[in-house]
Amino acid sequence: MPRINSPGELEAVRREIESQADRAKPCVLICAGSGCIASGAAEVIAAFRAEIENQGLAVDIGTKGTGCHGFCERGPVVVLYPEEICYLQVKPEDVPEIVSKTLKGKEIVERLVYADRATGEKASRESEIPFYKNQQRHVIGSNVRIDPKSIEDYMALGGYTALSKALCDMTAVEVLGEIKKSNLRGRGGGGFPTGRKWEESRNAPGDIKYVIVNADEGDPGAYMDRSVLEGNPHSVLEGLIIGGWAVGACQGFVYVRQEYPLAVENLMIAIEQATEYGFLGQNILGSGFDFKVTVHRGAGAFVCGESSALMTAIEGKAGEPRPKYIHTAIKGVWDRPSVLNNVETWANVPLIIARGADWFTQFGTEKSKGTKIFSLVGKINNTGLVEVPMGTTLRDIIFKVGGGIPGGRKFKAVQTGGPSGGCIPESMLDLEVGFDELSKVGSMMGSGGMIIMDEDTCMVDVARYFLDFLADESCGKCVPCREGIRQMLKILTNITQGKGKEGDIERLEELAEVAGYAALCALGRTAPNPFLSTLKYFREEYEAHIRDKKCPALSCKELIAYYIDPNKCRACMTCSKQCPSNAIDGGKNRIHVIEQDKCTKCGTCFEVCPSRFGAVTKISGAPVPPPIPEEARIITRESKQK
Amino acid sequence: MSEILFTIDAKEVKATEGMTVLEAAKSIGVFIPTLCHHEKLEPYGACRICMVEVETGGRTRIVASCLYPVEPNLVVRTRSQTIDKIRRVLIEEMLAHAPDSVQLDELAKEYGADRDRFEKEPSFCIHCGLCVRYCAEIKKKNALGFIDRGARREISFIPKLAAEECWNCKECFELCPTSALQAAYVLAQALSPV
Repeated sequence: MPRINSPGELEAVRREIESQADRAKPCVLICAGSGCIASGAAEVIAAFRAEIENQGLAVDIGTKGTGCHGFCERGPVVVLYPEEICYLQVKPEDVPEIVSKTLKGKEIVERLVYADRATGEKASRESEIPFYKNQQRHVIGSNVRIDPKSIEDYMALGGYTALSKALCDMTAVEVLGEIKKSNLRGRGGGGFPTGRKWEESRNAPGDIKYVIVNADEGDPGAYMDRSVLEGNPHSVLEGLIIGGWAVGACQGFVYVRQEYPLAVENLMIAIEQATEYGFLGQNILGSGFDFKVTVHRGAGAFVCGESSALMTAIEGKAGEPRPKYIHTAIKGVWDRPSVLNNVETWANVPLIIARGADWFTQFGTEKSKGTKIFSLVGKINNTGLVEVPMGTTLRDIIFKVGGGIPGGRKFKAVQTGGPSGGCIPESMLDLEVGFDELSKVGSMMGSGGMIIMDEDTCMVDVARYFLDFLADESCGKCVPCREGIRQMLKILTNITQGKGKEGDIERLEELAEVAGYAALCALGRTAPNPFLSTLKYFREEYEAHIRDKKCPALSCKELIAYYIDPNKCRACMTCSKQCPSNAIDGGKNRIHVIEQDKCTKCGTCFEVCPSRFGAVTKISGAPVPPPIPEEARIITRESKQK
Repeated sequence: MSEILFTIDAKEVKATEGMTVLEAAKSIGVFIPTLCHHEKLEPYGACRICMVEVETGGRTRIVASCLYPVEPNLVVRTRSQTIDKIRRVLIEEMLAHAPDSVQLDELAKEYGADRDRFEKEPSFCIHCGLCVRYCAEIKKKNALGFIDRGARREISFIPKLAAEECWNCKECFELCPTSALQAAYVLAQALSPV
């Protein structure tokens, strides 16, 4: 591949790539993101390649493994271009039919298209599926169209033209001005204005400065950055190089966690390709600007996503936070000015430079501009990645895009912002999502994780879960975080086990307050948030656990008992056969009774009891009725009496 | 070095650039409690007992005085309701691990800390890191370090290095705010044959 030495040469190469790629030529795009790979996408890709070859269509039809499409719930996702027909949950055995019917015969395979779970309404194009229809996919939209291992695919969509514009048509100060004007705020956590951070570093004394990508995404259930880095690594690189130019940095780092092997692989390929084309290295596009990128693989500590800990780790030391009384933008890696932004923030930069700050600011709210990627997980129909304009309501994200709660259950809360965030209750579903709006209600944007919870979720247990996560992930350096989390976790565990005492809530509040004031880094200061927000909105659940030894969500094992309603049991023996601890006494025509002392509360009986009987129930905070006497257990069936 | 003027507990202080609030306080005889601080070692900021209130530009913040750099017109308060509460809870948290520490006991009396607030888990270590840092920074031996993280973090001697260096040194024992019990125990454990 030729080295590109000027904007003119870039445009010529781009046209060349475009002319070679026949747009009308059919192409099978198969999502090869981590989610779809896990559900068998690699086998589907192989099946398509083999089948297309077998049917003698290899010349006419292309096959491509792309970045994450976002609809992970129904993966592997396959899109057939140019018609944009979208097939979901495709298996290798479906492939011959797709090739014969759709690729050859232009006929749709009905059973593979999207069907709404509630209405049954079908949609055969990606753009018609409600999940996609209600999004605005500026950052992850390109994932669908490009092979992440191909820089040409990225260039065909205009890739690296923003870099060319920044380096050759704009001064560094103009680039900085454009980012400031766009009001882009950091997508990784606190929402700090990106332009201000860049400016601080630019104006800081020193010749050597650094720009860094934070790809140490670690919130439970969050994988936005992973999908961007896996699916479109060049967009992040392009943003980083532009940032280097604006800040005056010739060295970039990507701190990426080793647990993201595909992201690391695609990133390394991208750096190699960008270097060959001359987008990295000396005298980029003939502008005189030199820039190189080093990849630093993280060893899997959550705390290393915190800026000062990340920078300490890049220096080769144990990743522990250090105080930031002087911003890392001024004294960061090796005490040099260092700009750290997360993956999604960097991926927004080329869009802003290419299309202008005015384009960017038309999306979003007054103080939160642009779009935001969220990962929807938990009790939600459409698990996946979604990108919507800031200001979209939680209700629209969860119900319009996310498709609501499965199994006819009721929505209870949404946890946003990861372990530093909080739970937002149903009464606030109409909240417009933005940095300040979420902080105001006691949660935060964080990096964009959203965990949806239904009525079966115990909020005390949710707080306990996050504290448990943090007890492992705190670096353990400072007392209020290490000891505060340890004690909070102990108290919360006791409460969920029915060992809560009067005064526990006050003790938790005091531990939370002290951690909030005194912890060394933001991770520790925000660690109590999962507790504080659940207490704020679900205090009655805490009180029920402590005072009445009752779990209102019927979820905490130690506080519930399973019970078979003798009036509903039809002695079908489904539960008694499947009970792993032989705790169900019953037989043919004998009403079943759970022997409470044998029951391990695994919940199997509750799950397998046929819904037409619904005889197994959960009881909490009240005694289990005594078993009915033996003679009353016999069922005489009417049909047999005849 | 330029001179910096500010106040600590309403007392005027003259400090030089680069000093910390803790150093400046010491220079005028204002006492701020510390546990992980040592004059010969780099500031660490882990115990958080030295937290104070600082006011700059009308904004009040709570910071670690062992790390916070002095600046002109700073208003520092070393005691307040919030500061006392922070110190009390931190002492209570540490007493769960080191109930017999003389230093903690004295602090507990000063701040009204309840020795039995939290369930006892005597490991004798409050993770001040004095032993680890002294060995690394002064002795340059790195014979012990922290292992694991979060609630499972603990100090550990590296057996091979410890066997060569420690018996004739043991200077770190003196520094331990919890009477060296932990260091001695962990050292013995590291050196005992498996």
